[in-house]
Amino acid sequence: MTLAGLNATTAVPAPRTVDPRRKTAGSPSRFAAGLFAGYGLVALSWLAPLVLVAAWEALSRAGWVSAQVLPAPSKVLATAIKLTVSGSLLADLGTSLIRAATGFVLGGLVGLTLGTLVGFSRLAEAAIDRSVQMIRAIPFLALLPLVIVWFGVGEGEKIFLVALGVTFPIYVNTTLGIRQIDAKLLELGRVQGLGSGVLIRRIILPGALPSILTGVRYALATAWLALVVAETIGAESGLGFLAMDAREFLRTDVIVLTIVIYALIGVAADSLARLLERRLLAWHPRYDGAGQGRTGR
Amino acid sequence: MTARPAVVVSGLVRAYGARPVITGLDLRIARGEFVALLGESGCGKTTLLRALAGLDPIQGGHIDAPRRPAVVFQEPRLLPWENLWRNVGLGLDGSAVRERAAAALDEVGLGDRLEDWPRQLSGGQAQRVALARALVQEPELLLLDEPFAALDALTRIRMHSLVAALVARHRPGVLLVTHDVEEAIALADRILVMRDGAIAFDHDTRRVGDGGVRGRTRPTRAALLAELGVAAETV
Repeated sequence: MTLAGLNATTAVPAPRTVDPRRKTAGSPSRFAAGLFAGYGLVALSWLAPLVLVAAWEALSRAGWVSAQVLPAPSKVLATAIKLTVSGSLLADLGTSLIRAATGFVLGGLVGLTLGTLVGFSRLAEAAIDRSVQMIRAIPFLALLPLVIVWFGVGEGEKIFLVALGVTFPIYVNTTLGIRQIDAKLLELGRVQGLGSGVLIRRIILPGALPSILTGVRYALATAWLALVVAETIGAESGLGFLAMDAREFLRTDVIVLTIVIYALIGVAADSLARLLERRLLAWHPRYDGAGQGRTGR
Repeated sequence: MTARPAVVVSGLVRAYGARPVITGLDLRIARGEFVALLGESGCGKTTLLRALAGLDPIQGGHIDAPRRPAVVFQEPRLLPWENLWRNVGLGLDGSAVRERAAAALDEVGLGDRLEDWPRQLSGGQAQRVALARALVQEPELLLLDEPFAALDALTRIRMHSLVAALVARHRPGVLLVTHDVEEAIALADRILVMRDGAIAFDHDTRRVGDGGVRGRTRPTRAALLAELGVAAETV
């Protein structure tokens, strides 16, 4: 998991390092210096992990790190190509993605439905919320043995676990989003004579959307985590199966490859969620979409 | 003066719990009549407006309004996720919503900004959009709840002439709740002062003036301030 951690920490702060050049934009020369410093820092932030990978490669080639412990990056890449060509990698990747997507949709629907009910109705809150919060207090991975007893080791168990992990972040953020809608806008809806359908479509849903999308981002992370654990415990196909199968034969190159793929998909899912936010929340000052940046004041 | 009424209120009672705010209030506003309602803070001005808008339940009396009134609040209350013409079209049924919204925005001088977002507007511009949203409904009764209170002095003066022109064209009955005596004098056909949950003062500025001179008579600022409990010499 060290590589996944490395990816995450280098990917996040990169855009922020561009900011200092705005503050030093006093004179042309200082602006240029600031610009250089800004781009220099961005370059450095990408260079540093590359240096680490190069060092890893060098250490492996020099024989200081045994291939049994940690294979060289070039070896991992070669394995990736070989497994892709043979088709087994893509098949396992597809299996994993389908599991994640199915669980995500199911858990998302349950979370969205319960969250909407509780957000709107005090009665639904009294009936539902405390029970949901109690179940939420259980680390959902702790339920794994029980889930295996219920479903056996198969697709049902994995999809259930993913759905369980997804339900709560979506539920909590949907409820919060609906509660946070400006009461004055709801009143405006009454004044304008909106029916409940139009009210939901034009005021409630868009008002709750920023919070719901935050829930989606959290849920993507938990979905992925749930899948990794479920596949690692027991599977006959999928990325986790690939890793555990490789463990039997001490194929550390395959294990490292699956770890890298897990990390890449995690990053891709997060980027997708951010893209959704930028597209759907172009009106929102916090997600200033391209082309909407003009402020008339 | 014999025009069809935009609203008739008789014996209105409104209480918050056990505390009565409006106690047996009568009011009649004709179509095309601009009525300003003054009163100290907490006298029930906004409570009356909210009752007329159908936003709060009433405990007694009758409110006879032919149709749902349009309301402009102190804040513009634009939907931040919809562009200007969609905001103006909120609640419009039927066809050509965009065209009708565009015409209304044109009337308030924002016809070239149909696709802009609310956050690109200044406070005065946003309030003009709110005005367009109210007028596009072709209301018979327009309720204005201190709509200019949050604007700077110059913007407020511009808004006064805009509102006067729009009301003269569309001829709804208007109830303007305000704490600004000058605003009431500048805009209204009738100026009311509310006190102890009822109308305590009612001055029609369109009365035939003293000595038979036709024209508008305005109550003096001092007279209104005295009605509001502010002694003239201290102002």
